[in-house]
Amino acid sequence: MDDPDPNRRTPEEIRKSRNVVLAVSLGAFVILVFFISIAKMG
Amino acid sequence: MKQALSQPLPQAGGKPKDAPLTRATVPMPADWRDLLALTKPRVMSLVIFTGLCGLIAAPERIHPVLAFTAILCIAMGAGGAAALNQWWEADLDAGMKRTAKRPLPQGRLERTTARDFGMVLCAASVFLMGFAVGWLAAAILAVSIVYYAVIYTIWLKPRTPQNIVIGGGAGAFPPLIGWVAATGDITLMPVVLFAIIFFWTPPHFWALALFVKSDYAKVGIPMMPVVAGEKATRRQILAYAILLLPLSVVPWWIGGTGAVYGASAAVLSTLFLALSARVGLRESEGPEDRMKPEKQLFAYSVIYLFALFAALVVDRFVAI
Repeated sequence: MDDPDPNRRTPEEIRKSRNVVLAVSLGAFVILVFFISIAKMG
Repeated sequence: MKQALSQPLPQAGGKPKDAPLTRATVPMPADWRDLLALTKPRVMSLVIFTGLCGLIAAPERIHPVLAFTAILCIAMGAGGAAALNQWWEADLDAGMKRTAKRPLPQGRLERTTARDFGMVLCAASVFLMGFAVGWLAAAILAVSIVYYAVIYTIWLKPRTPQNIVIGGGAGAFPPLIGWVAATGDITLMPVVLFAIIFFWTPPHFWALALFVKSDYAKVGIPMMPVVAGEKATRRQILAYAILLLPLSVVPWWIGGTGAVYGASAAVLSTLFLALSARVGLRESEGPEDRMKPEKQLFAYSVIYLFALFAALVVDRFVAI
C-alpha cells in the first residue's frame, strides 16, 4: 500500500472519508445479509 | 484469545501494548486507508486465492452468494489476524526496515484502534461464516485466527527458530476452510492441500529471512538464519523443497485431481526444487553477497503457490 501522508489531510477530511467507507460497508453488509437469507431459504 | 490479548507479555523494551509508539502533536483520527493497510492486503490476496481454489476444487457446489460470503469471511479473518499481529509486533516493526513504514510504527494509528479493529474483524468473520455457511468452516476459521494471532505471533515467533515451520500452519488453512465451506466435511484432499502450503512455507519464508537476516537479528526475532546460521537454513530449505515435490502430486495420485494438475504440479515443483537446490547448495559470499538466488526463490515461491492452486482449478474445469 502506498503510504498516505496524514499531514496533507485535515482531521475533518479523514473523518469524513472514514465515515463514507463505514456507511458503504454497513450498507453492503445489510444487502449481503438479505441475499444470504434468500440463498438459505432456497 | 481475548484474555491472552488483554494481558500482554513483557517484551524487550517493556513498552505497554496500548502505548503510542510516537507522540503525535495533534491527535489524528484513524484513516480508513491505514486500517486497510493493517489487514496486509498483499498477503490477503494469496489467502483469498487459495481459499477460493479450495472452494472451487471441492466436489460439491454451494450457492454463489454463500461462496462469496465464505471467501469474504476468510478475507476478514485473515485481515483481522494481520491487524492483531501488527498490534502485538508494533515495537518490532518499528525496528525493521521492511516494516517500519506500517501505520503503527509510523504513529498514524493508536495501538488500541488496531487491536479493536482486528478483534472486531475476527469475531465478525467467524460468526458470519457460522450463520451463513456452516459452523465447521467457522470453527476452522477461528482455529486459524488463534493459530496465527496467538500461537504464532505471541508464542512461537519470539521463542523458537521453528516459528515458521509450526506457524506456517496458519497460512495453510484457507483452502481447507474453502473446501469445508463447500462440502461441510473434512476429507483427505483438503488435508493434502493444507500440507502442501505447510511444507511450502519454510522455504518461502527462510528465503526471505536469508536476505533480511540483519533486520530480524536487530529486533531479536530468532529466525532460523539468525539462530542456526545460514548453512543450516539453506540445507533445511532444500529438505522442505525435496518433500514438497512428491507431496504436491499427491492430489493427483489419490485421484482427487486429473492429469492437468498432476503434470503442472510436477513441473512447478521440479523448478521449485531446482531453485531451492541453488540456494541450499551455495554458501554466502559475505556482506557483499546480493543474495540473488535467495531473492529469486522467494519471488518464484509466490508464483509457485498461485500457479499450483490455479492448476487445481483449471483441472476441475477440464475434468467437467
